[in-house]
Amino acid sequence: MVQSDLKKFFTYSFFLGILILPLVGFATTTFDAPRAFTVWGVFVAILAFGLIIKVIRHSGGYKNLSDSLAPIHKQIKDKLTAVPAKYYILALLAFAVIYPMATNRYLVDVGITCLIYIVLGLGLNIVVGLAGLLDLGYIAFYAVGAYSYSLLNLNFGIPFWFCIPIGIAFGCIAGCIIGYPTLKMRGDYLAIVTMGFGEIIRLMLNNWDKLTAGPNGLYGMAKPALVYPSITDGGLTWVTFHLKSLEALYFLALAIAVLTVVGVRRLDRSRIGRAWVAIREDEVAAELSGVPTMWLKLLAYALGASFASVVGGFFAAKLSYTNPNFFIFMESCIVLCIVVLGGVGSTPGVIVAAVILSAVPEIFRELQNYRMLAFGAAMAAMMVLRPEGLIPATRRKRELHAAEQHQHEES
Amino acid sequence: MAELLLKNITMKFGGLLAVDNLDLEVPSGKILSLIGPNGAGKTTVFNLITGVYKPTEGTITYNGKTLNGLHSNKVVSRGIARTFQNIRLFNSMTVLENVQVGLHCRTKSGAIRALLNTPFLVREEKEIEDKAMAVLEFLGLESFRNDYASNLDYGNQRRLEIARALATKPGTLLLDEPAAGMNPKETADLMDLILKIRDTGLDIFLVEHDMRLVMGISDMITVLDYGQKIAEGTPKEIQNNETVIEAYLGSGGKK
Repeated sequence: MVQSDLKKFFTYSFFLGILILPLVGFATTTFDAPRAFTVWGVFVAILAFGLIIKVIRHSGGYKNLSDSLAPIHKQIKDKLTAVPAKYYILALLAFAVIYPMATNRYLVDVGITCLIYIVLGLGLNIVVGLAGLLDLGYIAFYAVGAYSYSLLNLNFGIPFWFCIPIGIAFGCIAGCIIGYPTLKMRGDYLAIVTMGFGEIIRLMLNNWDKLTAGPNGLYGMAKPALVYPSITDGGLTWVTFHLKSLEALYFLALAIAVLTVVGVRRLDRSRIGRAWVAIREDEVAAELSGVPTMWLKLLAYALGASFASVVGGFFAAKLSYTNPNFFIFMESCIVLCIVVLGGVGSTPGVIVAAVILSAVPEIFRELQNYRMLAFGAAMAAMMVLRPEGLIPATRRKRELHAAEQHQHEES
Repeated sequence: MAELLLKNITMKFGGLLAVDNLDLEVPSGKILSLIGPNGAGKTTVFNLITGVYKPTEGTITYNGKTLNGLHSNKVVSRGIARTFQNIRLFNSMTVLENVQVGLHCRTKSGAIRALLNTPFLVREEKEIEDKAMAVLEFLGLESFRNDYASNLDYGNQRRLEIARALATKPGTLLLDEPAAGMNPKETADLMDLILKIRDTGLDIFLVEHDMRLVMGISDMITVLDYGQKIAEGTPKEIQNNETVIEAYLGSGGKK
C-alpha cells in the first residue's frame, strides 16, 4: 500500500516537473532555475503532505485518534442534522441581507457577480443536471437577455420590468431554436452543437453593427426603477426611485436569485422534474412510460434559457453597458464548472460552487498569471477527490457510487 | 371485439425482413402469448406496436383508431403500456418515483403551474402519490417505496417495471419476457400476478420463452418464425402442432 503510494508520489512529481519547470523557468532565452524549482517545490510539497497523511492513516496512530474522536464527530453531526433545514436557509438569507451593509463596495460588487452566477448555475442545472443535456453554449441565453433589455430600452424606452417578460420570451424562443434541431442528439454531438450555437450568437452580436453596435457595445441603458404611489398634499402621485446604488442593485439580484432557487426547487419536485430525471436516466424507457420526451427536452432548454435571460437583463441594467466580449465561450465553461463542481442536479451544491468560483479568482489574484493554473488545478483535484460534487444531489450520488461498486465487484 | 389489431404488418431493416405480412389480434380481456425461436421477430412486433419502429407496410389499430406514425408516448396515453426484455428502470430514482413517472401521461399540470405552486398542482401531486401507492400495493411493493430502484432484487425489479407500466392506466399490457432470469418460485409468483392483472380487465400480450409460464396462463398462442406467423391456437393445439415442433427442434424432430 505505502509502496504504491510512494510510486504515485514520484510519478506525479515527475510529471509536474516536466510541466512546470520549462513553463515557469524559461523566459525567452534564459532559464530561471531558482524560480522554476521554487514553484515545482511547492507542488511537490503539497504532494508530499498528502503522502504523509496517507502513511499516518495507514499506521495505527491515526486509527486510535479517529476512534477516540468518532463519538464526538457523530455527536456534532447529529446536532447539525437535528436542526431543520429551514433554519439554515433563514441564516443564509439573513447573512445575504446583512452582507452589503457590513462590507465595502468592492465586496458588494463581488456579491452581485456571485448572485448572477448562482442564477446562471441553477438555470443550466435544469438543462444539464435534471434533463441530462450537455450544453456548452449556455451563455448565449445570458447574452440574449442582456441585448434584449439594452435594445428595447435604448430604442423604445421600455422600462426594466416590462423588458423582463419580453426577455424571457426571447430567451424561450432562443432556447427552442437551439433545442429543436438537437432533440435527437446525445452527449458529445449535443455538446459540440450547443458550443457552436453559443459562438454564433456572440459573433452575430459582434458583427451586426447596425443593430448591436458591434464590439463597441451598447451603453446608456436606464437602471431598474421602483415606482410606488405616495400621497402628498392630498393628491396621489407616483414616485420613481431608480436603483442606482450598488446596494439596491445587490438586493434586486438577491431577489432574482431567491426566486430562481424557489422556482427550480418547485420544478424539481413536480411531475415535470421527475420526467426530466427519467429522461436523463433512460430516454427510451421514459418515452415508453408515456413521457413526451421531445417536448420536455425543449421545455428544459426554454426554461433554462429564461432564467439566464432574466439575469442577463439585470446584468446589462446594472452596468448600463454591454458588449459581445462578456459572452465568450469561457463564461459558458465557468457556468458548467459551477454545475459540475457543486454536484450535478443539486441546488445547494450549485449555490456553494457559485460562491466559491466567484470568490476563488479574487483570492487567487495574488498569484497573477498562475491564477488560471491554480483554478484549473483546483478543479482537477476536485474531480479526482469528489466526482459527485461538493454537495451531491442524492440521486446523482447513488448513480456514481453504484458504478464504483460495480467496478469493485468486477475487479 | 379485438382491441389491438395488426393488419398485414411488414417490417424491413434494409434487406432483412424482420416481420413478414403479419396479422394479429389481441383479444379483449384475454392473455395472448407470442412465442418463437430467438430472432423470430417477437420484440420487433412490440416495438412496432409501441411506435419505436414505423412499419414498412400495414396498419395497427387500437379500439378502431390507427396507431401508425404516433410517437411512443402517444401510444402509451392511448392505453398500451409495455415492459422491457432487459430491465430498464430509472435506477437513481426511488421505487415510488419510478411509478410516479408512469402517471405522467395521465396528469397535466405544466411548468407554469409548478413554478407558481398552484393549488391545482398541489392537489394533483397528492393524487399522483396516492395513485402510485395504490399501484405499489397492488403489486406488493409498498414497503420498498423509498428504496432506490437499483437496490431491489431481480424479481422485484421486474415487478416494478410492471408497476410503472400499470401506472399509465393501460387497457393493454405488453410484457416482454417478464420471466427471463427468474427462478421457479419467482416465475410461479409472476404467473399469479399476470392472472391477477388480467382479472382487473386488461388484455395481456406476452412474449416469453418460459414454456411452463406460456402454457400455464395463455388463452391463445401465436407462433412466429422468421417473421412469419406459422401457427396460432390454444396452448393444447400449439403443443401438438407439427410445424411448431419443427421450428423449435429442426426437421430432425419429426421422426
